[in-house]
Amino acid sequence: MAMLSFERKYRVRGGTLVGGDLFDFWVGAFYVGFFGVTAIFFAALGSLLIFYDISQGNETNIFAFSVNPPSISYGLGLAPLNEGGTWQLVTICAVGAFFSWTLREIEICRKLGIGWHVPIAYGTAVFAYVSLVVIRPLLLGAWGHGFPYGIMSHLDWVSNVGYQFLHFHYNPAHMLAVTFFFTTTMFLGLHAGVILGAVNPGKDEPVKYGEHENAYFRDYICYSVGPYGIHRLGLFFALNAGFWSAVCIIISGPFWDRGWPYFFDFVLKTPAAIGNISY
Amino acid sequence: MGTYASIYNRIQVRGPFDPGVPLTKSSDSRIQAKSFSYWLGKIGDPQLGPLYLGWSGAASLAFGFIAIEIIGLNMWASVDWDPYAFVRNLPFLSLDPPPAKYGLNPLVPLGDGGWWILAGFFLTMSILLWWVRSYTRARALGMGTHTSWAFASAIFLYLSLGLFRPILMGSWSEAVPFGIITHLNWTASVSVLYGNWYYNPFHMLSIVFLYGSTMLFAMHGATILAVSRFGGEREAEEIVDRGTAAERGALFWRWTMGFNATFESIHRWAWWFAVLTTFCGAIGVLLTGTVVDNWYLWGVKHGIAPSYPSVYPSFPIPDEATRSVMQ
Repeated sequence: MAMLSFERKYRVRGGTLVGGDLFDFWVGAFYVGFFGVTAIFFAALGSLLIFYDISQGNETNIFAFSVNPPSISYGLGLAPLNEGGTWQLVTICAVGAFFSWTLREIEICRKLGIGWHVPIAYGTAVFAYVSLVVIRPLLLGAWGHGFPYGIMSHLDWVSNVGYQFLHFHYNPAHMLAVTFFFTTTMFLGLHAGVILGAVNPGKDEPVKYGEHENAYFRDYICYSVGPYGIHRLGLFFALNAGFWSAVCIIISGPFWDRGWPYFFDFVLKTPAAIGNISY
Repeated sequence: MGTYASIYNRIQVRGPFDPGVPLTKSSDSRIQAKSFSYWLGKIGDPQLGPLYLGWSGAASLAFGFIAIEIIGLNMWASVDWDPYAFVRNLPFLSLDPPPAKYGLNPLVPLGDGGWWILAGFFLTMSILLWWVRSYTRARALGMGTHTSWAFASAIFLYLSLGLFRPILMGSWSEAVPFGIITHLNWTASVSVLYGNWYYNPFHMLSIVFLYGSTMLFAMHGATILAVSRFGGEREAEEIVDRGTAAERGALFWRWTMGFNATFESIHRWAWWFAVLTTFCGAIGVLLTGTVVDNWYLWGVKHGIAPSYPSVYPSFPIPDEATRSVMQ
């Protein structure tokens, strides 16, 4: 039913990390496994808690729905459910679901005999999330520093926290993260373009392969990183985008509490010749 | 069981230099500058070159060189040709567009923004010629021109910022300056001036596609590296003749999230995400100041942003702010 024509021979037993054969089965297209059970538990509970929290308010506009963290005054303690406690439970559920998903991906990799690159990459995204709602709040001493779960409210949070540091573009880790995001997207466009161009060459042209892909980029920019290299480069840049995003918010507050433009004062204080520019 | 080279190549193969497949439809020949780089070989293919120059490549490099010279010399002149001050202040130096009083006048005194117009002209010519090159190189090899059209989307954003929107607004002064810190300042300022771009729906979409592109490349790059022990990096071969690498890659995602792309369709997802990042961004740029003056008030008007009555009890939304939207 939900099986691809070649799928049956790959559906073998084994590769689980926990639970042996107990949860080693599929539901439709999905592999379950012990961590599939924990993932669905955390995801369902977390979603229900979000719906519960929204139901306690009078808001009917989906853009305004928001599950908010507790007030700073609760510090690192537990807050009552309707004063941010739900946010704390939702965060626990989210972290639980994300870790379950990572471990379930590892089980699937083991089953298919492939590398663990995807769960490692996914772990980087989970790290970025945990930085925002666990690591930085812990360093600042209050869960209230986490971001709210809502469509517009999380944008407002990003905007407000950014302007608390006057001009977030001056955050050097933010600069790195943005550069990695843009470059990854450029690499993705170039890679996707050349693969699609090779196998969709137009009327009366034979399909092209690796040596044409190499020839194209050598003709075009003098260098082709190659079919293996581009995926390594793309993964490296994508993971760096997530990693430096996490760094740029962890250092904002715990390790730098002034406006980010002041960070570059040291450049202007270097004992070099003074130009005719005044600041 | 194969070994992975996930971060760098542990073994470098030095075969004979690959001169490239024959060019079927071009008039010039390649520059056979033959070299191998040990350090490039660490991250990818060690072969550097050959290079096809052609008239569009030569003209593009010449125009690009002129543009960078104009920008650099203007920056140097702005610190009285002091080499120390130039290096020290380089991140803060800038070549700015003409002030608003000149409108769209193309004949602006060089020292008052004229150099900016010239630098922008040469840079634009350079980029457009580089696009021509991306197109003709693909056709000369008998390949599709998908890369060119993805590049065109990025050029559309560049031209929207530096040419189309200034024309719509009637002033060069609306454009982005050439400078490291100053283009960041411009970006922050244009957001605040027009009521916070977080409420600009095309900015939202652009960010979704930017993050989505990064996520897709992480997913795709990781999948290919993970199935590389089965030869999965030979994607075009796997597209036309599916092997176990493509099957395992597909099943990984099918078992994980109930859905999978194919080796070809993942590149279509990727292409569209990358293209829509800059395309949506360009639409967001073109609407700002021309159709919408204040994105926050636009959001309040359309029910996506709160009006904060407790913080701003008598915060009126002026009719003029949203008039152009209502038309």
